[in-house]
Amino acid sequence: MTQHQLAAHPQHPVLSVRGACKRFGSVVALDDVSIDVDRGEILALLGDNGAGKSTLIKCISGVHRLDAGEVVIDGAANVLRSPADARSAGIETVYQDLALFDNLTPAQNFFAGREIAGPKWLPRAMRFLNKRRMDEQTRSLIQSLNVSLPHLNAVVALMSGGQRQAIAVARSAVFARKVVILDEPTAALGLRESRKVLDLIGALRDRGNAIILITHNMEHVTELAGRAVVLRQGRKVGELVPTHGNKQELVSMIVGA
Amino acid sequence: MTGMDEPLDPEVAEQRASAVANSERIAVAICLKMLGAGAILILFGLVLALSFLSPYFLSPRNLGNILAQTAVICVVAMGQHLVILTKGIDLSVGSNLALASVLGALSFHAGASTLTVVTVMVAAGAAVGAVNGLFYVYGRLPHPFIITLATLSIARGIALQLADGRAIPGMPPAIRSLGQEAFAGLPGSVFVVAGVAGLMFVLTQSTVWGRWMYAVGGRVDAAVRMGIPVSAVLVSTYLISGTCAGIGAVLLAGRTDAGSPLFGSLLELDTIAAVIIGGASFLGGRGHIGHALIGAIMIGVIRNALNLMNVGVFYQLIVIGVVIVVAVEADVLRNHLESRMRVLRTETGP
Repeated sequence: MTQHQLAAHPQHPVLSVRGACKRFGSVVALDDVSIDVDRGEILALLGDNGAGKSTLIKCISGVHRLDAGEVVIDGAANVLRSPADARSAGIETVYQDLALFDNLTPAQNFFAGREIAGPKWLPRAMRFLNKRRMDEQTRSLIQSLNVSLPHLNAVVALMSGGQRQAIAVARSAVFARKVVILDEPTAALGLRESRKVLDLIGALRDRGNAIILITHNMEHVTELAGRAVVLRQGRKVGELVPTHGNKQELVSMIVGA
Repeated sequence: MTGMDEPLDPEVAEQRASAVANSERIAVAICLKMLGAGAILILFGLVLALSFLSPYFLSPRNLGNILAQTAVICVVAMGQHLVILTKGIDLSVGSNLALASVLGALSFHAGASTLTVVTVMVAAGAAVGAVNGLFYVYGRLPHPFIITLATLSIARGIALQLADGRAIPGMPPAIRSLGQEAFAGLPGSVFVVAGVAGLMFVLTQSTVWGRWMYAVGGRVDAAVRMGIPVSAVLVSTYLISGTCAGIGAVLLAGRTDAGSPLFGSLLELDTIAAVIIGGASFLGGRGHIGHALIGAIMIGVIRNALNLMNVGVFYQLIVIGVVIVVAVEADVLRNHLESRMRVLRTETGP
């Protein structure tokens, strides 16, 4: 289902946000922010707490609606009314709280809300689950992403922090066709587990997705991101290619010093 | 073991720590497995002990009695289970059953056919369930406790008013024989229980809708973000719970050959207890139909045993209450062990 879309509009950035404005009451959370992301690129979205990063990605993933400005996907302006809208437009989000179902297995989590089921003539909700196909796809995806999940039949509640993070990232890989947004994917992880998640993000990029990565870790930014956009108090204050040399510059942009 | 006082090589220390964590992990895993199988083990032990304590317990007649007496709890508990699965509670089931039985009896006396009487009872149950679900979800009530507590009172009140406070004797012969007679050696109500259980099993385990119920029970906000129609799923659980109460009304009316506004008092307690005792989680998202059935049968067995041993009905209430507390504590323990397991997996790797 992805092939023909991969080839469409190669001249456009796969996702561009233009003139995004969002206010909550008297608080201006986003003030005329524009960003572009291309396929196969990792864009780091940086900023201090309250800079507007989360608001921006919530607008892209359909949780909030923009007051002004537009979200353009593959050259076409989209109105994202709900997370479901964003998902069907090919945008997947890995939330900071992971949004995993602790009582379900990894396969059940992957396909939650998008279960493979039949027969087609039944209303969708009444269809019978095709558990075998969902398990097979889960297994092959986990293999291709090189994630180690020894207990595929256990519920997610029993898994470690890194495994849970990997499941949430891998879930986005099942359905992502264009854009994957990751909100602080390594914030709660140790070194070894962070490493695995970073590799996973690289794998997602190599599959042709545009990635928006929110993180506070400058090492990860310089290692992974092709570009970095810095927000401060709801405005875009800078955009550059992060290297080891300009790390200090990035940090001062973030804190505004 | 002489080297305990000497400073350990860090690598050896790490190995020892990981060995300790590993054995703890195995212990925790075993405890979790036992908790998972707990209800059926206890039921088995109970039956075994009772067969020694009372010579009548295992007689076919007594077992048939237990099944017939428990059938109503079984059916209604299966509905209650779906509600609890989505972190809810349905307190109205007993009153709902009473109202349905009264409406059934009234329609029978008004000359309705057997099929109509059954339809009236089941539809009345479903209607009260729908009211519960719609008010809870679209009335934006903070907890289903409130609306089902209200319908507990309202449905009982309507039933008492309609029946003038008294039982209305008389049910169609087919309903009566379903509640009283045996087919192939089993009480007729057992077949109804089996049929409902089969349908519920398929719904919850094999359909997309059932999977959504588990997802909603696991985490509502995640279900919303995954595009699951949370409101419709929630309303459906109350609708099904009410329908089950209506089916329970048919069974109880058949057994007693009457519709009564006094039916089903404390049935909400029995069914909630059945679901929890059976091993479903009160915290939502866990458990299956089997848990509700095992719990209901366990309540039936405990009642029956206390009867056989001439223990008064007051003590029965106390025993059931104690069993509920034990079951909920087991659930709490299971959650604690699971988070411990997660910590251990994080420390020692997968």
